[in-house]
Amino acid sequence: MERFQTKKTIDAYTRVGLARDKNRPGIADYIDALFTDFFCCRGDRIGLEDEAILGGVARFHDLPVTVIGHRKGKDLEENVRFNFGMPQPEGYRKALRLMKQAEKFGRPIITFIDTPGAYPGLAAEEHGQSQAIAECLAEMSSLKVPVISIVTGEGNSGGALAIGVANEIYMLEHAVYSILSPEGFASILWKDASRSKDACELMKLTADELYKAGFIEGIIREPEGGIQADPEVGFAGIDKCLQDSLQKLCALSGTRLQKERYEKFRNMAR
Amino acid sequence: MSDFFKERRKLLFSLRELRGKNNTGKAGSNAGDRAGEGSNGVSSTVKCPRCKREYPQMLMDRKKMVCPKCGYHLPISAEERLKFTIDSDSFQEMDAELETVNPIHFPGYTNKIKSIQNQTGRKDGALCGTATVRGHKLVIAILDHSFMMGSMGSVVGEKITRAAEYAMEEKLPLLIFSCSGGARMQEGMFSLMQMAKTSAAIKRFSEQGGLYISVLTHPTMGGVSASFATLGDIMLAEPGALIGFAGPRVIEQTIGQKLPEGFQRAEFLQQHGFVDAVVSRDKLRSNIAKILTLHCY
Repeated sequence: MERFQTKKTIDAYTRVGLARDKNRPGIADYIDALFTDFFCCRGDRIGLEDEAILGGVARFHDLPVTVIGHRKGKDLEENVRFNFGMPQPEGYRKALRLMKQAEKFGRPIITFIDTPGAYPGLAAEEHGQSQAIAECLAEMSSLKVPVISIVTGEGNSGGALAIGVANEIYMLEHAVYSILSPEGFASILWKDASRSKDACELMKLTADELYKAGFIEGIIREPEGGIQADPEVGFAGIDKCLQDSLQKLCALSGTRLQKERYEKFRNMAR
Repeated sequence: MSDFFKERRKLLFSLRELRGKNNTGKAGSNAGDRAGEGSNGVSSTVKCPRCKREYPQMLMDRKKMVCPKCGYHLPISAEERLKFTIDSDSFQEMDAELETVNPIHFPGYTNKIKSIQNQTGRKDGALCGTATVRGHKLVIAILDHSFMMGSMGSVVGEKITRAAEYAMEEKLPLLIFSCSGGARMQEGMFSLMQMAKTSAAIKRFSEQGGLYISVLTHPTMGGVSASFATLGDIMLAEPGALIGFAGPRVIEQTIGQKLPEGFQRAEFLQQHGFVDAVVSRDKLRSNIAKILTLHCY
């Protein structure tokens, strides 16, 4: 696991650009590279399926795990189909269903965070976006299996946190994680979305800043030009990080995992 | 029935005459603002922002700041909320001293907080404590919209969490009135994490068998609605309250069309299955008491 200072020369705004780069690997690439025997699980069991969340069961070095992540898609056609990685409530309900299932079968949960935020739309509100996210936060906090989250691209707002209440949270070097997209932040504070660059500098959203503030457990190094420039190097880093983390967490009892996760968030930002 | 209204009108007009002519015109030009003392110092008035009628402050106090004519629920302060909900003199405040430390060193935030603290006499946007409602003891938390729109930063999150923890320890029911624009931007990631912290605390409280009554008031949005506010065992909402995840403006910009009438209002949420009941302010107290007795408190 790499714990180091990221290169200061890259400013927050540039990192946001790198994090959002359409060539950056997505959840499907991570599943291909890091897991075997992936079985995709669909649907919220209430009546809907949201493809902005991809999830299922797979093996990680022989160990069965549940994998869940935001899905943005590779090209425009996929982007539209997956709603640019912005989940609807049904996506969060599916994620929660998979997490409860993982708990039932004693599987560790690994989540990959990469979303502009939960979708702000008509149907999303009708189907209870708030309630779906709140439910995820509450239930995740009490799971009795290891939960590891990796922020791989942009993690924005409650839409990211909803699958991020983990025992350990890691970030790729150029990933960003924040309360809202810089555009949304600028729009709320200054009524001017074009000031997103100013927002980036103020928001403290880089992996380095969040590590220093104690929000994340570690930073995974990316090759020059970001993980998109040489994915294999990045995948190896994530693989190593997950192995170390799982080894540590799998040794703990369910109640201990639950208690430690609760206390981690309880003491965060106190 | 119409006689009743005629009587009421007569009373109101007589009061208006008593106040003199100054208040009949454009007094309180800001919709919903309470006009100051009348020119002759007899009484102040309150103007309903929806139907534009004016009423004496005393009458509106008795009506719990609900327009007697059109039923509009005017925004109220945390103190008024407390007064309208609990048994008088039963409130004991908790954690009043907590204040923010400007965790991401956001420029100008410390000064802004100081000035709002001076205006409101409160350290941050939540009022928490114990009280009784018709004799039933409970833990109550009220978000204050006048404090940076009731937004949830580290202090609001911590106070809600402590309220849930205290309710758990003392085996008391928990009553929260939410009223918030969402997460507080000026505290960045520290605000976002309050969503996880408060939700986890509510979950723990719930696992210990605690009763949590959540009352959604105008407005309850974003990070507050997507955390503790929607996790109540019993979900109540005030008529007309705007409740949702994304703000109407953001949704309109995203989908490129106008939102339908009544979208994200309390009644809309009831219709879609997210609140148990839309309860008018004058019936809240009796409903809360009823729910408490039904849960053997």
